[in-house]
Amino acid sequence: MNPVSLYDIDSLTISPVEAPVERQFYPYADNGGTSLAIAGADYCLVASDTRQSSGYSISSRYSPKAFKLTEKAVLATNGFFADGLALTKRLGQKLEWYKHAHDKEMSTRALAQMLSNTLYYKRFFPYYVFNLLGGIDEQGRGVVYSYDPVGSYEPEMYRAGGSAASLVQPFLDNQVGLKNQQGAQRTPLPLDTAIRIAKDAFTSATERDIYTGDYLEIFVIRQEGVTTERIDLKKD
Amino acid sequence: MTTRLEQPKGGFNFDNYQRNVFLEQKGITLPKMTKTGTTIVGLIYKDGVCLGADTRATAGPIVADKNCEKIHYLAPNIHCCGAGTAADTEYTTALISSQLELHRLTTGRKSRVATALIMLKQMLFRYQGHIGAALVLGGYDINGPCLYTIHPHGSTDKLPYVTMGSGSLAAMSVFESRWRKDLERQEAIDLVKDAIESGIFNDLGSGSNVDVTVIEKDKVDVYRNYAKPNERGQKEQSYKFNRGTTAILKESIKDLVIITEGIEEMDIS
Amino acid sequence: MSIMEYNGGSVVAMVGKNCVAIASDKRLGVQLMTVSTEFPKIFPATDKSFIGLPGLATDIQTLSERFRFKINMYKLGEEREIEPRTLAHMVSSTLYERRFGPYFVEPIIAGLDKHNQPFICGMDLIGCINFAKDFVVGGTSGESLFGICESLWEPDLEPEDLFEVISQSMLNAVDRDCLSGWGAIVHVITPEKVITRTLKARMD
Repeated sequence: MNPVSLYDIDSLTISPVEAPVERQFYPYADNGGTSLAIAGADYCLVASDTRQSSGYSISSRYSPKAFKLTEKAVLATNGFFADGLALTKRLGQKLEWYKHAHDKEMSTRALAQMLSNTLYYKRFFPYYVFNLLGGIDEQGRGVVYSYDPVGSYEPEMYRAGGSAASLVQPFLDNQVGLKNQQGAQRTPLPLDTAIRIAKDAFTSATERDIYTGDYLEIFVIRQEGVTTERIDLKKD
Repeated sequence: MTTRLEQPKGGFNFDNYQRNVFLEQKGITLPKMTKTGTTIVGLIYKDGVCLGADTRATAGPIVADKNCEKIHYLAPNIHCCGAGTAADTEYTTALISSQLELHRLTTGRKSRVATALIMLKQMLFRYQGHIGAALVLGGYDINGPCLYTIHPHGSTDKLPYVTMGSGSLAAMSVFESRWRKDLERQEAIDLVKDAIESGIFNDLGSGSNVDVTVIEKDKVDVYRNYAKPNERGQKEQSYKFNRGTTAILKESIKDLVIITEGIEEMDIS
Repeated sequence: MSIMEYNGGSVVAMVGKNCVAIASDKRLGVQLMTVSTEFPKIFPATDKSFIGLPGLATDIQTLSERFRFKINMYKLGEEREIEPRTLAHMVSSTLYERRFGPYFVEPIIAGLDKHNQPFICGMDLIGCINFAKDFVVGGTSGESLFGICESLWEPDLEPEDLFEVISQSMLNAVDRDCLSGWGAIVHVITPEKVITRTLKARMD
C-alpha cells in the first residue's frame, strides 16, 4: 500500500537531467487454473477447472482450457492461456494436414510425440504452457502424457497440473496410485470411482487455491468417443 | 538461552534483526506473512454505523484460514475492521483496545471514536508504514455515528461510506451505486452484505463468509457469519482407511489415567 | 531460496472426535543435503498438549527451549498446567515481540483443554493465529498437506481412524517434497492416553 499523497512530490523535486528509462517486454502471464488426468484400463479422464484469472481478478469464469484434439485424445493446457490457445490451434492444423495426407486420424502416441516436437521447436521462446495429454492408445487402453513447457514428456497413469498441482498430486498418489497403503487391493480403477476422486480433488483444491474454481469440466475418452460433463465449483 | 527471570518489558525486540539482515544479504529471501487479501467496508446509516468483512486469510495464492475474524473489538461502542498483514491488524487493535480500556477507567467516560482514531494513527505513523495495518474504524459516541479509514502510514479519512483491502473497488462500486443518506438499519445491513459479497466473488484475495457488526446508540450487534454464500458441498465419498493401513515402526503409549488395584480405604480421620 | 526452506520439515495437526493428532517428519537438512533423519519437530508442552515447530532448525531449538522455560514458569506461578489456548497466545506474543526480526518458524499447537475439548491452531512466523476447527499445516510441504488434508479429513474421526488419516496425509504429502520426509512421527492425544507412533516412510 502506497502512502496517500496529497500533492505530487515528484514534480517539485524533478531533476534537470532525464534519467534513461529501461523499457521491457513481458511476453508471458500466469492465468492460473488446474487440470488433472487419470488413465484407466479402457478409458481416460481429463478434468480442468474453467476459471481464468490475472493477479487478484477473475478474467473469465467459463474459459475452458482442455480441448478435444481427436476422437481419442484431449489436451489440458495450464499456465499462459494465450499460448495454450495458440498451441491448440497449431496442433489442430497439424492434425488436419495429417488426416489429409494419411487418410486417418493420428494415434494418441503419435500425437504425444508431435506435441513434444511442437513444444521443442520453440525451445528458445517457449509456449508457457504445462500440458497434460489424456487419451486412449491403439489397443484402447487409457494413457496420460505430461509435459514441461519445452517438450520433455513421459507417459503416466495419473497426473495433476497447474496452480493447484502440488495440492492435488499427493491425493492422487494416495487414492489412485495407492501409495503408502499397506495391503491395498491393486484392482483396476473403475470409471465412476475415478470421476468421484477427480471431483473431490477439485472441490478440495478450490477450497485452498485462490486460482481454482467456478466450474469443473470433465472429459471422458473411451473407444466410443469423448463425453463431457460440467459441474459447479465454488465461485469465491 | 537467556537466564533472565525478569518480566518482559513490552514493546518490540530487535535482537534477531541483524541476523536476519545478514541472512538476507546472503541471498536468502524472507518468507511470506499471512495477509488478509480482504474486503472490509463500513457505512453510516440513519441511526448508526454498519461494518462488514469477508473471512478469508491468504498466504500467497493459498487460503490459510477460511473463516477468520476481521472485525475486531476496540471498546464496547467501537469496533474496527482490519486488512493487510494479519498479525499487525490483530495486535494493533488489541493494543489500542487495552489502552482505551485503561483510558476509560482513568476518565470514567465512554471511549470516543476520535480517541481511538488518534491513538491508532499516531502509532501507525510512528512505525512509518512498517506495521502493515489498513483499518476501517467505526463506532457510536457522544458525537453520534463515526466512521474512519486508517492507512498503514497513519493517514486517515472521515467519510460516510468506505471500503478497504484488495476487494475495495468491487465493494465501492456497490456503495457508489446504492448508498444514500439516512438508510434504514436493514437496508444498511443488506447493502454492506452485498458490498462484501461483491468482494468475495470478484476479488480472489477475498472469500468465504460475510461478517457484519452494527453499532447504534447503546447497542452493538455482532453478526458473525451473517451470510454463508460459500459452504462446501458434500464430498463424493469418504476416504476413511482400514485400520492398519499405515506401516508402523515403533509405538509407545503414555497413560494419563492411573489405575490402582484394589479398594483404598476411605480416610475418615 | 527462502529461509523457511533452508532446513526443511513439515508439521500437521488434526481434530478428531474427543481427540487430536499432531504429526511431523524427521528430516534435518542443509538445503538439498540431508544431515539427520532423527530430528522431530514436535515438543511436549503439557501432558495433553504439544507444540510443533517447522522452520529454521536453529530457531526451532531456541524457541523450544524458550517455550519450555515459559511453560515451567507459568506452572510455578499459577500452580496449574497451561491450557492449550493460553499456550497459543503465549507463543503468538513471543513471536510478535520479534515482529521486525522474526524467528523463522510456523508453530502448530495441538492439545486437549481442561474439559478434554480438542484444540488446534497454527501460526505464521510473526504470530498471527489461525484457529482452525479441522486441521492446520506448516512447513515446506504446506501446500501438499493442505490439498490432501482437505480431501481426506472428515469430522468426528475416532482416534484410530484419525491416526490413519493424519499418517496418510503426512506420508503422501512429504513424498512429493524433497525437503521433508525421511521418517515421520505421530502423536494422538485422547483423554485417557497419548499414543506415539513412528511411521515407516520412504527414505529418499
